[in-house]
Amino acid sequence: MERGIAESRQGDWLVLSVSGEVDLSWSQTLRTAVLKALPGTPALAVRLDQVAYIDSSGIAALVEGFQQARSRNQPFVLLAPSPSVRAVLELARLDRVFQIREQLD
Amino acid sequence: MAATTADTVIEVQGLEAWYGRRRILKGVDFSVRRGEIRVIMGGSGSGKSTLLRHLIGLNRPLAGTVNMLGIDLAHAGTEELLQLRRQIGVSFQGGALITSLDVEDNVSLPLREHTQLDENTVRIMARLKLEIVNLGGFQNLMPSQLSGGMIKRAALARAIVMDPKLLFFDEPSAGLDPVVSAELDELILKLRDALRMTIVVVTHELESAFRIADTITVLDHGDILVTGTVAEVRNSQNERVQDLLHRRPRDLVVDPDEYLKRLTEEDD
Repeated sequence: MERGIAESRQGDWLVLSVSGEVDLSWSQTLRTAVLKALPGTPALAVRLDQVAYIDSSGIAALVEGFQQARSRNQPFVLLAPSPSVRAVLELARLDRVFQIREQLD
Repeated sequence: MAATTADTVIEVQGLEAWYGRRRILKGVDFSVRRGEIRVIMGGSGSGKSTLLRHLIGLNRPLAGTVNMLGIDLAHAGTEELLQLRRQIGVSFQGGALITSLDVEDNVSLPLREHTQLDENTVRIMARLKLEIVNLGGFQNLMPSQLSGGMIKRAALARAIVMDPKLLFFDEPSAGLDPVVSAELDELILKLRDALRMTIVVVTHELESAFRIADTITVLDHGDILVTGTVAEVRNSQNERVQDLLHRRPRDLVVDPDEYLKRLTEEDD
């Protein structure tokens, strides 16, 4: 699977659709994309259904984004995490911290 | 034994090790497949720690080969070894925490040494691993303030902070109460499933071994007695395997000449 981040809009939401493997070699790209996107949108969703693998540096990027969004009362959700993403979130009990949705409406 | 394939992450052939006159490993063949949890079992003096030291590159093979993630340890250059070390995590029996650093700095150390990650990312990754091992919030404690179980868990957090492909865990349950020990076993299974690690655990705790292992290798006096699934090892007809499983004391074979030599001979 090709890795990349695609942007789209859905109402108030900016959706970052991530695909491929998010590991140490690439997670800083994800981090930059999330942190750059936040100021320009009322709400941010990160779609993770096409993520084949995410390591903890990738999770760290999402945590940092979520933290920044919360400090501005800005909605931030993870959309449809793939089973492998969900397993890593559950390992750290982050499934109970992030807002996780299957779809936006 | 099969040649190294993409699915074999550890391949040891004909490994010999000596400490002075004592032959510790006797032509050991050993291989581990990707995603497997392998337990190395054996009593004191079986050679299991020596095998582990060879696998993590602390000892160089006197004879035989050790191939890890496709890299031949005996012939690897410094850069290759460094690459390999980035993909390996080791949780040492005694923890091996650096006593002058607090828990968070201990756990972050591999990230600071091996990556150029942003400092926020390093902090979150280290604390994430502390959460995973149930040490969330304890990041500012010094190693001297930790209990035995906490030291083990901090050492594990440091071993997995880089999300290694291969994790080595030396005696996870030694000296721990049964509940903490069972929690660590549970965690080992989760790490394999969520982070796709291949895990090698050295232990002499039977209960723990049976709980976590896909496959078990039983070492005795430097020989591999059996490698197989939990059921295969339990049903092994080998007398010494059964001795170990039933905690029967072993009958040491004494070679009078060797024994006398060890007692009387002057060092070189």
